[in-house]
Amino acid sequence: MSFKSFIMPLILFLLPLTALALDVPQLAGRINDYARILSPGATTMLEQKLAAFEQDQSTQVVVLIVPSLQGDDIDQFAIRVADQWKIGQKGKDNGVILVMAQAEKKVRIEVGMGLQGVLPDITAGRIIRDVMRPYLRIGDFDRGVEAGIEAIMAATRGEFKATPGERAQRPKHRDASTFLTFLLFTGIAAAALGSVSRPMAGVAGAIGLPLSAFMVFPGLALTYLLILGAVGLVAGFLISFLALFGRGGGGGYWGGGGFGGGGFSSGGGGFLGGGGGFDGGGASDGW
Amino acid sequence: MKRLISKIPFILLLALLSGCGYNTMQANEEAVIAAWGNVESSYQRRADLIPNLVEVVKGYAKHEADTLKAVTEARAKVGSMQVTKDVLNDPATLNKFQQVQGELSGALSRLMVVVEKYPDLKANQNFIDLQKQLEGTENRINVARERYNQSVQVFNTSIRTFPNSMTNSMILHLQRKEAFKAEEGAKTAPKVKF
Repeated sequence: MSFKSFIMPLILFLLPLTALALDVPQLAGRINDYARILSPGATTMLEQKLAAFEQDQSTQVVVLIVPSLQGDDIDQFAIRVADQWKIGQKGKDNGVILVMAQAEKKVRIEVGMGLQGVLPDITAGRIIRDVMRPYLRIGDFDRGVEAGIEAIMAATRGEFKATPGERAQRPKHRDASTFLTFLLFTGIAAAALGSVSRPMAGVAGAIGLPLSAFMVFPGLALTYLLILGAVGLVAGFLISFLALFGRGGGGGYWGGGGFGGGGFSSGGGGFLGGGGGFDGGGASDGW
Repeated sequence: MKRLISKIPFILLLALLSGCGYNTMQANEEAVIAAWGNVESSYQRRADLIPNLVEVVKGYAKHEADTLKAVTEARAKVGSMQVTKDVLNDPATLNKFQQVQGELSGALSRLMVVVEKYPDLKANQNFIDLQKQLEGTENRINVARERYNQSVQVFNTSIRTFPNSMTNSMILHLQRKEAFKAEEGAKTAPKVKF
């Protein structure tokens, strides 16, 4: 059986799953123009404008333009995008997503829960109807999107202020660092106990590793926890060996950092949502 | 050393408690309660919009007294229904809640169909704004219901799977929660979409 004859049925099998609802595209930046209707100049300019706005206000505004909804409903599509991208800061819920579908000529402004006071459905509806639509109808997407963004920024300006260190609080990083903290604690405990007795270090590892994983990912299945427990047992023993050698004068073992934290970093550099929440508020309209 | 060993049972107990789902199930139930709160408040939001809507429509569509009356009555019915947190453990009340809210949805969609006949009304700024608010609210209701159903599913699964099921039957005694069913007649009644 060739590779092709094996892979084709697999693809066909997976197809119906993806055809049910339009997939949420990847968050590539603040302007996600998958329909390519904005000029490169406008994209860069808007991108900078929104970045500066976030820096100052902490409010995140992003744009998503898709070529077609492929039969999906823009309201339902937008909330799925919002749930996945998590635009806005956690706790402030100050994100706004401007979604446009070119083929269906639909716009939606999805407003995060923290901004619905200053940007209620009425205002969102008016921004689409009175500010954006005149431009969109004549095909001037650059100006239409810019005018919409300006209006959204004008409405939400002053509601939130950026606080220093906000970027460090991104949830993904926090998960990884919490896990590492627990892990470090377990390691130290295992080493300390290991200097008393080696089985104790094993027990500490067998309890500590699944426990620290469970603290960070509470949904973890029992099987995984058991596997982690076994891994922890071995690791605990190893640490007790290292600790003994370390006492003997080697000293160089700790620098190695046995457990790889590398897999948990969320790959920095790119633009990320801050964990903002949405409840389906906002407005949609055609153009 | 002895003291350390004597502490091991406690450590094991702690690990056992978090491993048997005691905390998970409680957290999941809290999530259901929170999700229900959002369902209720978004329905309340819709009920609050209706008097204004009826008022505006009345000014233009004088011949539609019956449709307007149906909306007002359905809203009164919704308002008279006392819903507490206990509804979560009582499928019958939840069904009733869903039924009266469904009637209001139906009455509202009929009103919105009727409105099509009145171009002056449709151009009224006040009406357009109310329409947008109603749309946003209907969307919030959908989102809240969907999230509620998701949290119910997580909760129900967590109380039925091993070893949580044992913990639950011995200590917690949490009851299965009812999810929203797809709106009856959702296929026949026109959608509240403009």
